Amino acid sequence: MKLSQLEPGQTGIIKEFTDLEMSVKLMEMGCLPGESIVVERYAPLGDPMAITVSGYQLSLRKLEASTIILQ
Amino acid sequence: MNGDFKIALIGNPNAGKSTLFNVLTGLNQKIGNFPGVTVDKKTGYSKLPDGRIPQIIDLPGTYSLYPKSKDELIVMEALADKKSSVHPDLIVFVADASNLKRNLLLYTQIADLKIPVIIALNMMDLAKRNGLEISVDALSRKLGVQVIPISARNQQGIDKLKEAICNAGKIPLQVESIEVEALAPGLVQKIQAEMMVDLPYVALQFAHQHEQLHFLSADQSDRIEEIEQEFSFHSQKAQAAETIARYNFINEVLYDTITRKIDAKQETVSNRIDKVLTHKIFGFLIFFVILLLIFQSIFAWSEYPMSLIEQLFVWLGEAGHQYLPAGVFTDLLIDGILAGLSGVLVFIPQIAILFAFISILEDTGYMARVTFMMDKIMRKVGLSGKSVVPMIGGFACAVPSIMSTRNIESWKDRMITIMVTPLITCSARLPVYTLLISLVVPDEKVFGFINLQGIVLMSLYVLSIISAILVALVMKYIIKSRERGYFIMELPVYRMPRWNNVALTMYEKVKTFVLEAGKVIVAVSIVLWVLASYGPGERFKQIEKEYQATEFTERYSPEELDRLKASSKLENSYAGILGKSIEPVIKPLGFDWKIGIALITSFAAREVFVGTIATIYSVDGDDAHMESVREKMQSAKDPETGLPVFTAAVAFSLMIFYAFAMQCISTIAIVYRETKHWKWPAIQFAYMTGMAYISSLIVYQLMK
Repeated sequence: MKLSQLEPGQTGIIKEFTDLEMSVKLMEMGCLPGESIVVERYAPLGDPMAITVSGYQLSLRKLEASTIILQ
Repeated sequence: MNGDFKIALIGNPNAGKSTLFNVLTGLNQKIGNFPGVTVDKKTGYSKLPDGRIPQIIDLPGTYSLYPKSKDELIVMEALADKKSSVHPDLIVFVADASNLKRNLLLYTQIADLKIPVIIALNMMDLAKRNGLEISVDALSRKLGVQVIPISARNQQGIDKLKEAICNAGKIPLQVESIEVEALAPGLVQKIQAEMMVDLPYVALQFAHQHEQLHFLSADQSDRIEEIEQEFSFHSQKAQAAETIARYNFINEVLYDTITRKIDAKQETVSNRIDKVLTHKIFGFLIFFVILLLIFQSIFAWSEYPMSLIEQLFVWLGEAGHQYLPAGVFTDLLIDGILAGLSGVLVFIPQIAILFAFISILEDTGYMARVTFMMDKIMRKVGLSGKSVVPMIGGFACAVPSIMSTRNIESWKDRMITIMVTPLITCSARLPVYTLLISLVVPDEKVFGFINLQGIVLMSLYVLSIISAILVALVMKYIIKSRERGYFIMELPVYRMPRWNNVALTMYEKVKTFVLEAGKVIVAVSIVLWVLASYGPGERFKQIEKEYQATEFTERYSPEELDRLKASSKLENSYAGILGKSIEPVIKPLGFDWKIGIALITSFAAREVFVGTIATIYSVDGDDAHMESVREKMQSAKDPETGLPVFTAAVAFSLMIFYAFAMQCISTIAIVYRETKHWKWPAIQFAYMTGMAYISSLIVYQLMK
């Protein structure tokens, strides 16, 4: 399951990434395999999304979130 | 002053780096440029308890040493190049205690560059509120460096931090975090040996970033490329492996230094605010109201100080003419330089107000939410969510708005925003529009309540927005960028604005504007004054003689005579000759040489059009005489055909011309300053003037 498929309020644990370049940026921002994610909300127009990861809120586009595979 | 030694502030964005910088340096700071790049360098000085005065350098905030933008590359260049003028003797690493894990990633990278480092653990209060208990001593022991808890906002722990800076030695004491050689076995050693690099991590960074680092020669870069191929080095895989290894180390460090009190069910205040501020309906509604407030304030609050500044300059000019000896020098000083200066300084209130709001919106964390909400719409036209605020500011004035595009990390998004912002109807176009509309649009109501003049004015505003969007769409395909656009962005928690920070931002932006844009404006004003005040050969003397003849002195009062003389002089001045020489080009747009002069002079600023037209049609050009300017324009006849000059076709053609043309020296100056390249203002000038010419041509030819 991809992160972009979660509904607000749902949680997931990062398993792996499908895009190497994106994964480097995401890991720098604390999105590491094994880390749990809470989807907080989607922007009013449906994109981007806001998640809570390692204790802070991160916003990312759905396209970017779709490279994160959850357990 | 060179400072006793150099301290660099490094940290993640939103970690409180700038606040700490302001606390340490106060007003004793200066903005310059990092060598060779377009990034602002903030430096200042701070006095230590032992009497030494180090130079403090505020490096751009970044999440890692692998840069996502050109700004972030600075950090790596400053730290890895020992010959750099900003290479620090000591690093103060500013970490957000409420988010220590992610902050420590950058710390471990910095630590491996073996420069002495102190950790300033900021936002301890927030961490405590989030239920985090951090053992500062354990952290300090495990990392081998001094860790000082501070609260930059409340100015707590600053004395302790200064003491720690005094105590810091010249030898780096930090413990090793990862085994760098293991990430690229063989390669690191080979680069170290060949390039005489003493640190393995610097060698690894060379492998990753040799193409971008300015201080490496082309030969060195090529050699590194060869070595990389020899060891089949894959940059991104190595980066991923490094990041994971670093987080493993961080997890070990934090394992028994941080304890989290389980209190998860309590929803954070920030989250509750977000539910309203980014709500599907209320979110946009609140944003709209905030915009309205900003827009209104820029006009309403600046009106009084602006007229005060204008009055001051009028008074100075009058006093100057009265008390200084009459002559060319006085004229140049007052009508050239002083007039130019007033043109610059009159914008100060608007700039200060706009930046006060922007700084409040940023400080509170609301700006990140606006970006979050608008990103999808703006992305469709090649912009980013972060382009919204500068474009809104464009309604007041393009100059501060272009200055505020600095927040846009993506170079391409920022360039497009800079390129289209001057199309938005700014306040300087308003006097031009109102004059022309009142001239040709009847003051009638349609459907009994909608004012026709108001509709025309509103249409011009709407037109400016549409044109900005269309141009952005075109630029999206023209401007090339190797950067891949990201929107992986931290949403900082909501906080109260720091008022001294707001004041400092206002002061800084105004100062930059006056100094940087001011130079160009004053220079051009002088040139314009010379062009309008002098003519070739003996023409001016002849005019003087002509008007001394009794037929004139008897028929006209002295004031009227002066006006006639001024008008006749203008026609024969270099500016007048210029106007006549461009007449063939602007004739198809419906403009004669007199309008031509106004086009040339209003190149300095659009509102100069009204003043110039006023002078040409021999009336005093201030707002009180607006009525008579209109009357004069209305009665102006073409000397050959006897038909009125300002027909509806001419007036609309002029309005469209001013809607699109880049008639603003200040904007050109600020675009040059922000892009550090003449190419951008040149392209902008060319496309806007081209667009203005073609649109005016179409309007005039269709309406005539």
